[in-house]
Amino acid sequence: MTATNTITSVNDLVIKFANVNGSGSASANNMFAKAVFRMGLSVSPKNIFPSNIQGLPTWYEVRVSDKGYIGRRGGIDIMVCVNPQSMAKDIQEVSPGGFFIYDNTKPMDLRLLRNDITFIGLPLMRICLDEYNDDRQRQLFKNVIYVGALAALINIEFDVLTGLIADQFEGKEKLIAPNIHAMELGFQYAQKHYQCPLSISLQRRDNLGDKILMDGNTACGLGAVYGGATMAGWYPITPSTSVVEGYEKYCKRLRIDPGTGKNNYAIIQAEDELAAIGMVIGASWNGARAFTATSGPGISLMSEFLGLAYFAEIPTVLIDVQRAGPSTGMPTRTQQSDITACAYASHGDTKHVLVFPSTPKECFDMTAEAFDLAEQLQTPIIMLTDLDLGMNDTMSDPLDWDDSRQYKRGKVFTAEDLESMSERFGRYVDVDGDGIPYRTYPGTHPTKGSFFTRGTSRDEYAVYTEDGSEYEKNMQRLLKKWETAKKYVPAPEIIIAEKGSSIGVLHFGTSTDATMEAIDYLTRDGLAVDSCRIRAFPFNQEIEDFIDSHRTVFVVEQNRDAQMRSLLVNDCEINPKHLIPVLNYDGMPITASFIQGKIVDYMDRAKVTPLRKDSANDNTANL
Amino acid sequence: MSYLKPSFRHPDLPVNDLGYTKKNYEGAISTLCAGCGHDSISSAITQAIFELSIAPHNIAKMSGIGCSSKTPTYFLGNSHGFNSVHGRMPSVATGANMANRDMIYVGVSGDGDTASIGMGQFTHAVRRNVNMMYIVENNGCYGLTKGQDSATSDVGSKSKKGDPNPFEPIDLASIALQLGATFVARSFSGDKEQLIPLIKAAIAHQGFAFIDVVSPCVTFNNNPGSTKGYEYVRDHLAATGTVDFVPMKDEITTSYEAGTSQEVTLHDGSVVHLHKADSRLDIHSRRSALALIKDYKANDQLLTGLLYMDPDSQELHETIQSSNKPLRALTELDLCPGNKVLTSINASLR
Repeated sequence: MTATNTITSVNDLVIKFANVNGSGSASANNMFAKAVFRMGLSVSPKNIFPSNIQGLPTWYEVRVSDKGYIGRRGGIDIMVCVNPQSMAKDIQEVSPGGFFIYDNTKPMDLRLLRNDITFIGLPLMRICLDEYNDDRQRQLFKNVIYVGALAALINIEFDVLTGLIADQFEGKEKLIAPNIHAMELGFQYAQKHYQCPLSISLQRRDNLGDKILMDGNTACGLGAVYGGATMAGWYPITPSTSVVEGYEKYCKRLRIDPGTGKNNYAIIQAEDELAAIGMVIGASWNGARAFTATSGPGISLMSEFLGLAYFAEIPTVLIDVQRAGPSTGMPTRTQQSDITACAYASHGDTKHVLVFPSTPKECFDMTAEAFDLAEQLQTPIIMLTDLDLGMNDTMSDPLDWDDSRQYKRGKVFTAEDLESMSERFGRYVDVDGDGIPYRTYPGTHPTKGSFFTRGTSRDEYAVYTEDGSEYEKNMQRLLKKWETAKKYVPAPEIIIAEKGSSIGVLHFGTSTDATMEAIDYLTRDGLAVDSCRIRAFPFNQEIEDFIDSHRTVFVVEQNRDAQMRSLLVNDCEINPKHLIPVLNYDGMPITASFIQGKIVDYMDRAKVTPLRKDSANDNTANL
Repeated sequence: MSYLKPSFRHPDLPVNDLGYTKKNYEGAISTLCAGCGHDSISSAITQAIFELSIAPHNIAKMSGIGCSSKTPTYFLGNSHGFNSVHGRMPSVATGANMANRDMIYVGVSGDGDTASIGMGQFTHAVRRNVNMMYIVENNGCYGLTKGQDSATSDVGSKSKKGDPNPFEPIDLASIALQLGATFVARSFSGDKEQLIPLIKAAIAHQGFAFIDVVSPCVTFNNNPGSTKGYEYVRDHLAATGTVDFVPMKDEITTSYEAGTSQEVTLHDGSVVHLHKADSRLDIHSRRSALALIKDYKANDQLLTGLLYMDPDSQELHETIQSSNKPLRALTELDLCPGNKVLTSINASLR
């Protein structure tokens, strides 16, 4: 069935693949995204998967944008449905004028037909039955066949695809020819039966420069290798597992001692998250760089130890790949909802340094830097990323490393330092007046520099005390250290509109791409907006100044309770009325049109000239 | 009760091979109750390490929370110590050990810290065979919160409050054996002659060396009706035999009648010699140890002494093939692959 009006666009589309999980579709879908990338086009794939291993519906949503937008757009132009389980819902989801590509080996339920979209049938199962004898081959090649058909339908360069197949099966060359053959089957079928390309198509561009396509978790793992981590204690949890897997993958390549063949790293899969962070604290206490990665439920379990690391002042690096909470929540959906839990993790007066990366490059950089920060500040550094950034291939500037860079190990007394000291070593003495004391690694000196590390109150010499004034003095010093931290943590990224604006938007992490896109639309519609990307907590003065200098300030985040806003209100003593929350928390990455809509609604209510709400979904605007 | 530790020592105190006297191995004055079994264990640890001539700063003392876990303050003042959180010492010790394989790790825990809140972490440290000595100062009760029953308290045992414990006890030595501990012993805080050589052997052992030391709580669990009081334990004690620990450098001089003894040579050449009191024990057999513990228990006896050891034990660093050099001693040169590698990684991501 063909609709009379079809969406027409070049290099601007959202295509969604509806698959059954565990059926091998992921590698075909990845190949599709990578092919778009290799055609010099901005691509942002999002894997929307169930908490399940085999048999349930799973989706892969890919946005292509000629303007380089990589936030989620919303709206589906083309649906490729190879899962009868989800077909009814998938058909409903296609935007009017869009295309529904499906396996028509078996007749479709006619009640599902829509007359405002175009149906394109591909007999995937029939082709496989004719071509292959083996069930596993039939299943796997089905995926490759629809990628081949898409090459014809939306004009993907076939050479790019064959190049990707050659890369993917490097070392297993036998598999190259059959995969290319399967792709050709799809290509030929589509070309023979449909007018190719459709009104939505791709054209090669040179839009990407030296960009790379990488997931944030792997970037974190690699950052830990470069940052000098030698110990990782961890417990498997979606969506953080691939951080340590990435670390291990690169360690196996880059961290084998050439002389002995032994590992210059230790990875211990712990019995739970408590033990995972306990190991990290033990290793850090003993002078190694160590880290763990987890998600929300792990943060709850690690809270006790985070309090110990804060109070006993032990460097700790923790990567929290956030997912939708509370409790088990939606384990395979994204959110930015561990902010409060991380900022104040553990009982008593505790607060922690947080950093918020937005791109894979920043995942890499901030992970490496987190080890410097943790050792310089002698406290936990929690990096808050999320499922969206962590598990989806995301376009990013390339990674780089300054080879003259040295690790900043912080204030550590060596045996020589201790030997030349006339005064008694005091682990918690504020020698430099910045709240950061000096530490010694265990085993440094036979008679000097030993101390007892404890979570109980102690005096400056690490001796147990219940003296209230000693306790208070120590708590004040920790507060001074907190102030010092503001000078060490990554500064915000502020962008002021051409002529400046009285409206400001605060954003962070994966809310950034969509926010910047929304600001483009608002600007086009005549509403200039300044923006400030928060990269760390504690907030430094620039963030407070940004808030002070704007009449209306929106805070964009992906949680229900406006957690970042609460932190700002609390820590910067800001009038809550000054900060307007923009909150998306359905578990799907936030979109530009959502942010634009919320800002426009608010400004409309505030009796400002009405503005268009939803130009992000308006394809004609981009032609 | 003393609250100051005299600093005077006899001028002719014996010195060990490193030239240190026992004073170099002492810690702060104990704040535990007078007569606490734990203080005897601290003193046995001090004595054993002094005699082994290990430099005190090469030892790290690890503990959790509770009376037992306070004790590392009271010995080895020149060693770094880490009084972590309740029941979590095994993970902290594991991490510390991973960072520096060249140090010696002495873990001290209690029956609450190990058999209840810390049971999970304890079991996993055992199965990973972390290279450390792990002592449980076992008094059958929670001392620091005033005497509640712990999970090692025997059925029917009465604490000071007088209520008999209704729950089955956890026997940590048996559990350790079942989990694959590579060195298992039991002792009594009142029997230093037995405890000191066991500590020496445990420290020399490569891998997880577990010693369950029954250590009466004089304040809350030393009353008639308690099975963890001094009197009861003394009356019901049995031993697998006498242990001699002969360091590598010493010659073995003692000789025993054939069949009554067993000798184990450790990785560093030291020898552990067990003169058996019960010929049924084979210290290389977990099954034999487990059976004997049960047999003695059935006769209301507490079997102490060396129960099991595996001289071929492979500790965690060997299992994961980590660098011979301590991980914490590696520098940028060993650890950071540099920008050129990153350039090729970038290329693979396009």
